[in-house]
Amino acid sequence: MDVRAMHIANGIVNGPVSAIFAVFAVAALAYCVRRGRADLDERLAPMAGLVAAFIFAVQMLNFQVLPGVSGHLLGGTLAVILVGPWVGALCVSTVLIVQCLLFADGGLTALGLNITNMALLGTAAGYLLVVGLLKVFKNLGATALIASVVSVVVASQGFVLEYALGGTTSLSLSTIAGTMAGVHVLIGIGEGLIAATTVATVARVRPDLVYALRRFRTPAPVEVAA
Amino acid sequence: MNNTLHLDRPSPVHRLAPEVKIAATVLFTIVVVATPRTEFVAFAGYAGLLAVVAVLARIPAPWLLKRSTIELPFVLLAVWLPFAGHGERVDWLGLSLSVDGLYGAWNIFAKGTLGVLASLLLAASTTSRDLILGLDRLRCPSVFTQIATFMLRYLDVLADDARRMRIARLSRGYDPRFLWQVKAFAVGIGSLFLRAYERGERVYLAMVSRGYTGRLPASEQGRAPVAQWVASALLPVASAGIALVTVLS
Repeated sequence: MDVRAMHIANGIVNGPVSAIFAVFAVAALAYCVRRGRADLDERLAPMAGLVAAFIFAVQMLNFQVLPGVSGHLLGGTLAVILVGPWVGALCVSTVLIVQCLLFADGGLTALGLNITNMALLGTAAGYLLVVGLLKVFKNLGATALIASVVSVVVASQGFVLEYALGGTTSLSLSTIAGTMAGVHVLIGIGEGLIAATTVATVARVRPDLVYALRRFRTPAPVEVAA
Repeated sequence: MNNTLHLDRPSPVHRLAPEVKIAATVLFTIVVVATPRTEFVAFAGYAGLLAVVAVLARIPAPWLLKRSTIELPFVLLAVWLPFAGHGERVDWLGLSLSVDGLYGAWNIFAKGTLGVLASLLLAASTTSRDLILGLDRLRCPSVFTQIATFMLRYLDVLADDARRMRIARLSRGYDPRFLWQVKAFAVGIGSLFLRAYERGERVYLAMVSRGYTGRLPASEQGRAPVAQWVASALLPVASAGIALVTVLS
């Protein structure tokens, strides 16, 4: 494993802004924990662990598109389709915390920023799109592809917002926004293809495992005794 | 787990309880990031503190240097900043550099490197299982520790299943390596997920039937003794002392 993911490091965004986003991330995750507990049943617990492991593996694929600007797959859309928005956000943030502590990837003080971008913004955008698009398309693969692209770009713009608020060096914001968006559209397409094939396969073989398809589940027919 | 950064050494740092080390690393990193970027002496002091910890933990410098290359993308960003930054500029070797950009580059380089080194020392001296135990003792919600436990467990399941599928494909004489064969790769990812899920479900049910209730059994030693908290508090306290002295002087 010599290819590594890279999240925001210490010292990129200043202390006060990092602290604000850390508080925001903790509050949002506490809400996710409350809502997620109801979802975390017998079947979802191993699924959540596997989704986290899968995201972890996928985040090792790093795109070094321009010098200094690297991006990697985020996996948020895959998580929300398979385990739902609350547990999905918890999965992605667990991955980020473990990467930070075990692999020194991403700064400890930037954890709030990274969680806000990838675990909160990315999954929220992904989930809203999945819910909306599924009504239009009825095709999980296409939904996953489009939602991935958008959610990755939204997450990357989260960094631009944070840099605008507390960047330690003044740079032209439109340059950063443009570069990040451009890079992440490419990443989003790669991510979307992986998410779409995975989700399509799982939905074909074990549709009971896909959270996003729950609403389409027909209730079991009730046998009426004659 | 064979792919984590843990380095097994008999050292006093390795013997510290995990929650103590996590707390010390977090506090140290906060002090580093909060230090104004012009306090060059303070950053040298922090590096000295980390060097002492590395010696105590018997972690060789080349190992640390090699692993800290993870920071490289941000170092490249730092190199680019003096050219792109705004404001007052200085001439150096015929290059026009932005003063703000130079400070920004130094800021990212210094704080990023110190943070990565501190995290590396933590990761090298603590096993992944201990880290999760430490998070649990620091009152991290059990949903996180549960997901993290399964995640680390399933990483090996995923890797093993991927290896088995690759061998099965090769032994049937198929070795997709070109772009037009990407479908085999894509389908492989989907079925890898399913196979790993079904194996993981069996692992989970086996754990549940052996009494797993969402928390791994705690190891025989209890909470960290006060002496360990005091010993590891030396790092953040010393760094805070350095910060105060340099800012006030």
